[in-house]
Amino acid sequence: MNTSSPLPTASAWDELITAALLGTDRRTPPGAAPGRDAPTALLDAAAAETVRRRAGLRPGRAAPRPEPAAEDLRPPLPGAAARRLALLLADRPGAGAGGRRGASPDLMELLPQWLTAVNARGFAAPAESLPALLDAARARTDLRPAALEFAGPRALWLARLNPDWRFALRATRGGDTALPGPAEAERTECLWQEGLFAERVALLASIRSRDPDAARELLATTWSTERAEDRLMFLDSLRTGLAPRDEPFLEQALADRSRNVRATAAELLSALPGSALAARMAVRAGACVAVDHTRDTPTLLVEAPHECDAAMERDGVSPHAPPGRGERSWWFGQLLEAAPLATWPARLGGRTPQQIVALPVADDWLSELHAAWCRAAVRQRDADWARALLGAPSSPGAGGPGAVSLAERAKLLGTLPPSERAAWVAGFIAAHGLSEAFQLLGVCSVPWAAPLGRAVVDALNIARDAGSYPWSFSGVMGLAERCLDPAESSRLDALLAVPDEPEDASPGAGGYWAEAFQRLGRTLRLRALMAEELGPPASGGQGT
Amino acid sequence: MTEQGVRWTADQVLALAPDAASRKAGSKLAAPGPWSGTGSSREGMVWGLCRGGGGTPYRTAVDVAQAVGGSGPAYMCSCPSRKFPCKHALGLLLLWSGGEEGVPAGREPEWAERWAAGRRRTQGKREAGPEGSASGPLDAEGARRRAERRAERITGGVTELEERLADLLRSGLAGAEQAGYGPWEETAARMVDAQAPGLAARVRELGAVPASGPGWPVRLLEECALLHLLDRGWLHRERLPTDLAATVRTRVGLPSSADGPPVRDHWLVLAQYDTPDPKLTTRRIWLYGTTTGRTALLLSYGAAGRAPDLTLPVGLALDAELSAYPGAGQQRAALGEQFTPPAPTGARPPGVSTCEAAARYSEALRRDPWQESVPVTLADVVPTPDGASWQLADARGDTALPLTSAALARPGLWRLAALSGGAPVRVFGECGHRGFTPLTAWPTGPGEAVRLC
Repeated sequence: MNTSSPLPTASAWDELITAALLGTDRRTPPGAAPGRDAPTALLDAAAAETVRRRAGLRPGRAAPRPEPAAEDLRPPLPGAAARRLALLLADRPGAGAGGRRGASPDLMELLPQWLTAVNARGFAAPAESLPALLDAARARTDLRPAALEFAGPRALWLARLNPDWRFALRATRGGDTALPGPAEAERTECLWQEGLFAERVALLASIRSRDPDAARELLATTWSTERAEDRLMFLDSLRTGLAPRDEPFLEQALADRSRNVRATAAELLSALPGSALAARMAVRAGACVAVDHTRDTPTLLVEAPHECDAAMERDGVSPHAPPGRGERSWWFGQLLEAAPLATWPARLGGRTPQQIVALPVADDWLSELHAAWCRAAVRQRDADWARALLGAPSSPGAGGPGAVSLAERAKLLGTLPPSERAAWVAGFIAAHGLSEAFQLLGVCSVPWAAPLGRAVVDALNIARDAGSYPWSFSGVMGLAERCLDPAESSRLDALLAVPDEPEDASPGAGGYWAEAFQRLGRTLRLRALMAEELGPPASGGQGT
Repeated sequence: MTEQGVRWTADQVLALAPDAASRKAGSKLAAPGPWSGTGSSREGMVWGLCRGGGGTPYRTAVDVAQAVGGSGPAYMCSCPSRKFPCKHALGLLLLWSGGEEGVPAGREPEWAERWAAGRRRTQGKREAGPEGSASGPLDAEGARRRAERRAERITGGVTELEERLADLLRSGLAGAEQAGYGPWEETAARMVDAQAPGLAARVRELGAVPASGPGWPVRLLEECALLHLLDRGWLHRERLPTDLAATVRTRVGLPSSADGPPVRDHWLVLAQYDTPDPKLTTRRIWLYGTTTGRTALLLSYGAAGRAPDLTLPVGLALDAELSAYPGAGQQRAALGEQFTPPAPTGARPPGVSTCEAAARYSEALRRDPWQESVPVTLADVVPTPDGASWQLADARGDTALPLTSAALARPGLWRLAALSGGAPVRVFGECGHRGFTPLTAWPTGPGEAVRLC
């Protein structure tokens, strides 16, 4: 408050303060006689003055008011869901005692899913929840994109006022108010010319996501003046919405000064099966693989390239093999990876991908060849080839170290439709158990399809019966809590009891399992409740 | 007792928790998973069985209707927790707040009914108690003599304090910085001996002033002067107007009872906040009477580690009688009979401008010069950053009240800023010579009250 008390007495008050500081033995207060009663006179005067000053207080002058936050036009969150959000945010780490997980749901683990759900339905966050949301997003970078999308324009407004939340201004990208909209050509141009690197990357990504050609044209305007590492990042943004119309630009980038830029351009071109680069690679790769009909069964023969010529290098083939790899097999792998898969059936006797993958391969080239095709199938998102290379989930080679590693399988699965993916992983788990399944489960869509969920629960049950401890499966258990369809929770009822311990079981394991299953069941019921509170998904709304 | 149709909000339930750990533990039990046999009755009972670590589930019951009795809900749980209410009771209430889904309406099981009946019986006895004991003329004579003796002791303490203040000013405040806490603690202890806890508290605060940063001599002189004013008030209390004399007695620390006539109104709960102290937690609840336009303060205390009994969540309103404590400009009141349980309301208190708020504080000082702040609702203000500080600026006009330093340090500041988003909001809080402390805010459009403390 302004201490604009009536002016005439200001000096009297100052004199009182001075006398009080020095002491009445040294300074007689105004209007008092020196001596024994001076302190009392001082206090009397100060009391009257204090009450006077306080009673005379007036409001001060208003500072410039903040620019109002942009309006959030999304519908408000339903009441029950708003209360749920408060509960989810109250469960932040450090908000209470940590320690063993016990049988209660881990609310913080459910927040990402909940945010995805509200964003899919397009709700606006309650204003008073924004500080807690921003704090949560600050603590967990994995939450940021979804939390900031939900938090909306007002969170950015807040972040400008609080340095703790500056990250929100940096992290925000893609189609929101911080970046210029489609109609703001001038702002776009200005930001592209003068913005910080991160802002420019965000701008390019945002434009690319709604108008791929415009983004490429914008990039072309300044391409020759950008620094090499910036060119690499900008080029990378073309992955979004990659199309044949990007080919001329990418062809030009094949001649770039920077090796990394050239390699990335080549990789992008090879993901366009119709590109000239893909055609050149098809010719080179085709020369390396042939069917040998002179044997009892048709067999694939591999003849790796003998040199990496300048043309190959220009098309992105890296000439120097990493330590421990032969140069020829290194070049061979790169050629096959970049060649369009569609060329192989024609070249190898009209066989289907299945038939090609089934052919024996001479001279130990099988793993090299199949690994290269895997990379090609992933890059070109070719489901037919992925299917052929994955093989049957129950095949004995699938569980152990085969020609195709688990990491590659996971990537191959990513090219299949969700239901097929789930069915394949379910078959894999049924045949090989859970110990290798974690990576594969990670690429399945959430909630898990019924057969997959059933396979996981069955496998957990088998693991329990085998007498192992639940924490050997804590990774899968955690995934199950987040991914299992809540509709499946009734299947868990039989698993909640503490079973009699068989003699060879690990001590106490039964109780721990019961606890783990209880937590799983409770988490699923909570997730079902949370979904219900949000109401049905908006029709035509896009999930993220 | 009226029908308990209205379920509380999760926020209201969480306000019952004794600490943050309980809040968290209770939230985790707010899912249907561990619960069975849950239900709630029209009489305000909520019950359920909660599977814990052991074999037998815990029996948990809460009598929400008891909140109407002014003492908060009554809890029963067979768990061994020493927290009160325990996490099961909180979890059950949260589940209940979620709706019929988790806790359907029904008839209470026999064990819960037995507990409730037993509770209501003993409570009935306790309430009937004081009236039953005869207070004859002998008692009155004894009470008068006790009061006289206490007044003499306080007068002794006041005289001593006056000498101490005079000594301080004779030698100068500058020395107080070096003297530190010690002398004040000692003087405060003497005031406790003199049965003047109000003086003791003020003296203890004096000890903290020299370390309170720039401008401390001014603050120390102000507080010394007001303490001196209170001493003089006590010594001349017979010559003061009745109301002011009552204020002086209360400020010195004499107990008083809420003997004002009961005022029935629809009381809106404006704010509830706790001031924890190692020994005692003080809970302040501000109420606004929608018909009378009166603002009243309810105080409730909890011993260390226990939440105070009375809980009235912000945003609810209750039809009840309040009786005022004596004293000029006193807002303190006691909760009397309640005719309805607290229920959500869309009502908001009317607001004033920043100038009127400052004028109200001035006005209050005329009746009670020791008043630190007054409860005020600001009608349309925009929370505005002002350098390192914040202020509440009138949406129309160019005046503003600064926030107190205490308010700046609270997370509620950011909730207030978020709620406003640069637009005017309605804010209830305490307005005094240190600035404005916001406690509750309402958005301009529709929306519930948002707690800031």
